[in-house]
Amino acid sequence: MSGVVDAPPGRAAAAPRSAVRPQVGLWRTVRAVLAKELLVELRTLESVPAMTLFSLSTFVIFHFALNRSSVEGDLGAGILWVTLLFASILGVNRLFVADAEQGGFDAFLLAPVERSAMFIAKALTLLAYLAALEIVAVPAFAVLLLGSPLAPALPGLILTLGLADLGVAVIGTLVAALAVRTSARDLLGPLLALPLFVPIVIGAARATAPLLSASHPSWPAARWLATLGLYDLLFGLIAYALFDFLLED
Amino acid sequence: MTGRLIAAAPALPLHTAGKYVAGAFVVLFALVLVYLAIMAIRLSRIERELGELLELSERPDSGAGAGAAIRTVTRESTPAYPIEGHPPLQGAGK
Amino acid sequence: MYGKGLRALSISTVVAMTVALGLVFFYAPLEAEQGFLQKIFYVHVPLAIVSLSGFVIGGLLAIAHLRTRDPRWDMRSYVAIHMSLIFGLATLITGSIWAKGSWGHWWVWNEPTLVSFLIVFLLYATYQPLRFAIEDPERQSRYASVFAVTAGAFVPLNFIAVRASTAYLHPRVLGSTSNLPGSMALTFVVSLAAIALLFATLCKYELTAKHTRAQVRALRRRLGGEARPSPRGRSAAPAAPPAGIAAPAPGGAP
Repeated sequence: MSGVVDAPPGRAAAAPRSAVRPQVGLWRTVRAVLAKELLVELRTLESVPAMTLFSLSTFVIFHFALNRSSVEGDLGAGILWVTLLFASILGVNRLFVADAEQGGFDAFLLAPVERSAMFIAKALTLLAYLAALEIVAVPAFAVLLLGSPLAPALPGLILTLGLADLGVAVIGTLVAALAVRTSARDLLGPLLALPLFVPIVIGAARATAPLLSASHPSWPAARWLATLGLYDLLFGLIAYALFDFLLED
Repeated sequence: MTGRLIAAAPALPLHTAGKYVAGAFVVLFALVLVYLAIMAIRLSRIERELGELLELSERPDSGAGAGAAIRTVTRESTPAYPIEGHPPLQGAGK
Repeated sequence: MYGKGLRALSISTVVAMTVALGLVFFYAPLEAEQGFLQKIFYVHVPLAIVSLSGFVIGGLLAIAHLRTRDPRWDMRSYVAIHMSLIFGLATLITGSIWAKGSWGHWWVWNEPTLVSFLIVFLLYATYQPLRFAIEDPERQSRYASVFAVTAGAFVPLNFIAVRASTAYLHPRVLGSTSNLPGSMALTFVVSLAAIALLFATLCKYELTAKHTRAQVRALRRRLGGEARPSPRGRSAAPAAPPAGIAAPAPGGAP
């Protein structure tokens, strides 16, 4: 630790990473936190219904805004991904709010657990929310707006959705933690997240567009899947490394 | 010499391309000049504050403690080149 | 003492810029396709390179801050990112001017460098609002550093992703930096050096000004004057290092 600066009065030096030796294994902690999150969500139904409803309304708005009854190809992929992304931002905004307001961070810091467990658990929670969202939103999209048949495109679409969701979950969790304890949390979350989502949109939309057209291959092009996978991996590592710094207080 | 320089220089067209190139270089110069202006404002503000502090330090109620403090602080904060017009602060009460 | 090398740096910047300007207008040959308009290349591309490097350097400085918790690293990171944002704005403007001259539109989507730049710019534009929204100075520095590292890692990834998405649409329109003939390459390198020196000088200038401001405030506190609030109210810049630095540190550090 640098000894050059006198710590301002009243602020203890930042707690070293393993001040309390974690006595509970990482994955057990992750399972515990994940179970708590999903249980809370099932009881309060805060995030997922809102995200789903938002996506359905957005599809309707797109119909009127574009003045189209059916879309496919690039346009279809674009509408689908823009809607999913903005709906996921709703989930990102709510992700840490309960912890920030009700002392969840402090409770977690006091427990003898690995701190990175919170990142993994929260990211998995967001992933679960996104999966639940897509189970409703994608068929709704197929019914409301999609011009080409959905069923043949489904395997490739599910793969793309999986990879893209992973990226959204990782970035969304990091950004949510960053934004939640600022004074403009609802504004900063989307502002930070959207540019970081751009590569995901690029990969996902380019991969999906051929699937949603009449003459479709059944699998998306490998390069876009590789782009998504690489981005997920790199940002997963970066977010995992940086998350602890956000938890100290 | 200038004749050779002008001959070596590419013909400067005064048609369309000229104003775009000029525009781009103006952007660069504007950046530097705006920054210069901002720094000038800051400098004058600091000069004014230092003047007030000098005045504050010369008041009789500053006390010897403040004088010693000024000596310590200003020795470390004396810039590498002399400031024109301001003698180095000697301490309380001139 | 931040101001120590400032004079030498400024002089070398002036020399480099003068030489670069001379080379651009009197030495570099006219390019075959774009003619005189191509000269913008010597302004736009160095600005882009320096700005992006500045963002990445800001991220590296933030890593140093997170590891040592020394607020001076955070100050340096802030200045690097702030300056890169300004140079980035200049990049976008000069790029737009170039696009207008080449294609007649103020913006083109099929130039991946410009598009990536816009995305990076939008991301870093949130840096100051983020800082401004956190009052506690230690937490502000910490969160800003986390952001700087994330965004610094994002810059190269973003470029790769955008380049991949436009490669199949159109060929590069604003010219590439590979296969430059010798005279143009020399001019480019000198221009790059000039802009890089300008960046370094302005950053040092900024750091010196902030440090001076902090010392004046410390002096005012010591003399018992009432704290004079900044005329613009609270700013997004990191809080000056605590008064402990101004007095006892021998010879004043950095």
